[in-house]
Amino acid sequence: MRFLLHRAAQGAFVLIAISIVGFLLLHIAPGEFFSEIRLNPQIAPATVDALRVQYGLDRSLPAQYGLWLRSALRGDFGFSFAYNRPVSSLLWPRVRNTLLLNTVALTAAWLFALVLGAWAAAHPKGWADRLSAVLTSTMLVVPDLMFALALLMVAVRTRRFPAGGMLGLEAAEHSLWSQAQDFSEHLFLPVLTIVLGVFPILYRHVRSSLAEALASPFVQAARGYGLGRNQILFRQAFPAAANPLISLFGLSFGLLLSASLLVEVVFSWPGLGPMLLESILARDVYVIVGVVLLSAVLVIIGNLFADVLLYWNDPRIRAEWQ
Amino acid sequence: MRVSRAIVLPLMFLLFLHLIVLVAGFVTPYNAATQFREDPFAPPSRVHFFDVNGRFHLRPFVYDWTSGVEFAKYVEDRNRAFPIRFFVTGNAYSVAGLFRWNLHLFGVDEPAHLFLLGSDGYGRDQFSRFLFGGQISLFAGLLAAFLSLSLGLLLGAAAGYHGGALDAALMRTTEIFAALPWLYLLLALRAVLPLGFDPAPTFLLIIAVIGIVGWSRPARLVRGIVLSAKEHNYVLAARGFGATELYLLRRHVLPQTRGVVLTQATILIPQYILAEVTLSFLGLGVAEPMASWGNMLSALQQYSILTSYWWMIVPGFLLVPIFLSYYILARSFESRVESSSY
Repeated sequence: MRFLLHRAAQGAFVLIAISIVGFLLLHIAPGEFFSEIRLNPQIAPATVDALRVQYGLDRSLPAQYGLWLRSALRGDFGFSFAYNRPVSSLLWPRVRNTLLLNTVALTAAWLFALVLGAWAAAHPKGWADRLSAVLTSTMLVVPDLMFALALLMVAVRTRRFPAGGMLGLEAAEHSLWSQAQDFSEHLFLPVLTIVLGVFPILYRHVRSSLAEALASPFVQAARGYGLGRNQILFRQAFPAAANPLISLFGLSFGLLLSASLLVEVVFSWPGLGPMLLESILARDVYVIVGVVLLSAVLVIIGNLFADVLLYWNDPRIRAEWQ
Repeated sequence: MRVSRAIVLPLMFLLFLHLIVLVAGFVTPYNAATQFREDPFAPPSRVHFFDVNGRFHLRPFVYDWTSGVEFAKYVEDRNRAFPIRFFVTGNAYSVAGLFRWNLHLFGVDEPAHLFLLGSDGYGRDQFSRFLFGGQISLFAGLLAAFLSLSLGLLLGAAAGYHGGALDAALMRTTEIFAALPWLYLLLALRAVLPLGFDPAPTFLLIIAVIGIVGWSRPARLVRGIVLSAKEHNYVLAARGFGATELYLLRRHVLPQTRGVVLTQATILIPQYILAEVTLSFLGLGVAEPMASWGNMLSALQQYSILTSYWWMIVPGFLLVPIFLSYYILARSFESRVESSSY
């Protein structure tokens, strides 16, 4: 328990630091949301000044940060200039969509990586091992962006898959079943792109750590005792190889979010990525801070989750913190 | 230093590529901003050796694209052949900003145009833009990686060598950087820069942003090596003989980090090339009319362009051999570092 509290406190510290640094940097940044309105001759400068006062932009930086912190504690996370709404109300549907995309991709990528990695490690230098070595190298050197563009090109040309978005236009009018079908069709290509980008990294780690565990003396001993191959693989090798993989699981949240930002933009998936891009172009400062903080929260949650798993899997960590 | 055979080919390829890109003005038939407004989205020119009568010509030739009534639908005008000429004079360009010249390796006579990779929406030659774009994208990758590694080396060595509060502060900072997904971090830092601005200073600022994104990993690695290196007996002995701190760092400690720095360089450079491509693709990077590999791809955000003009996506796939080369180099350096540490 103390272990987790320690880790959670570290995460909270990082979040606060990010919010402060983010505030500072965006304050230094030239231009703000209202600088474009100022250029409009039909809006009086006094109106713009009044707006700035209304949003608290005339106050000092620490005061602005204090205001933001208060609104963050209230659950609003500031106010979007462009949408004239609390940032959180903008972000929640976006986070949900990003998470939907990423949980499916995360599950798929890890499933493939574990199954194929275990297969390849159990049959080193076999045809599957060699084939996957070539395939994963290829996937590693082709940028995610090109996967996304190529798949989108195929989608639009063949008309087999919808070319972006999350739901079809008339989706709301259909039955629940056909809505689900429509949704999964929209989901397929973005998920495939993310999986193609992340899978090779996961696969390589699974394969190498399992192969290492399988070559270790205690596994050889187990083999000597005549234990079956599956029992050796799942009861002996997996727990021993799990630690680096669990850490990688935590890290893979960040990898996935990065991959999904691009994928969301290319496939117009209404997630956090397009929102961040839009807010940068509009200089909608609180939305930028909100999205960036949320991405950090997701990564930190991923790492905490990995810590829980580590704590559960490794008796050494339990002993150290008790 | 023995060079393993596996890295010869990728190394040669990368050297060749950089050389070509450096003298892009000479190798390309046109400049990056040369527009042929009457030829938007022209498909790649077909290079012929046989004419309409089936006769073979040693000198390859192209036909002019003529467009009908429909937008960007072209047919070859077989009435007149335009042989590809070598060492022709054309647009003026400068080589590495040093001297101006107007001699090109190859080209065709007007009114025909040579579009080896097709043309984009403004009728600009994609092949020329790809090579000129390389000047931006490759340079951005190299410079940003240099910045990252210098920062990492400096801060990592300082943290590892001094320890104490400096170490703690720097390591907390790397944690903050590590907590953000790199693309979110990149965009967040980009948000600090002005949007519409002079292309040249923006380009340098973007390189700085990209370079700052990745300093934390090399810093941590260097710190680890410095921490263990400064406890080696020969370092302690040298210190006992009265060597200065600076001498110890330069002579004994920093050389140990060479393997890691080299490996990190081969990992960071392609990642940073990709970072520039990503930023420019999203419209936050190098601005038109400058060519970069990213802003060549950004037109593809429109479905109609992505589906109708397949050659627009080709520059993206031309990046694959570059990433492959760096990947082979990184693997080779990595295994060398591992084997030397045992």
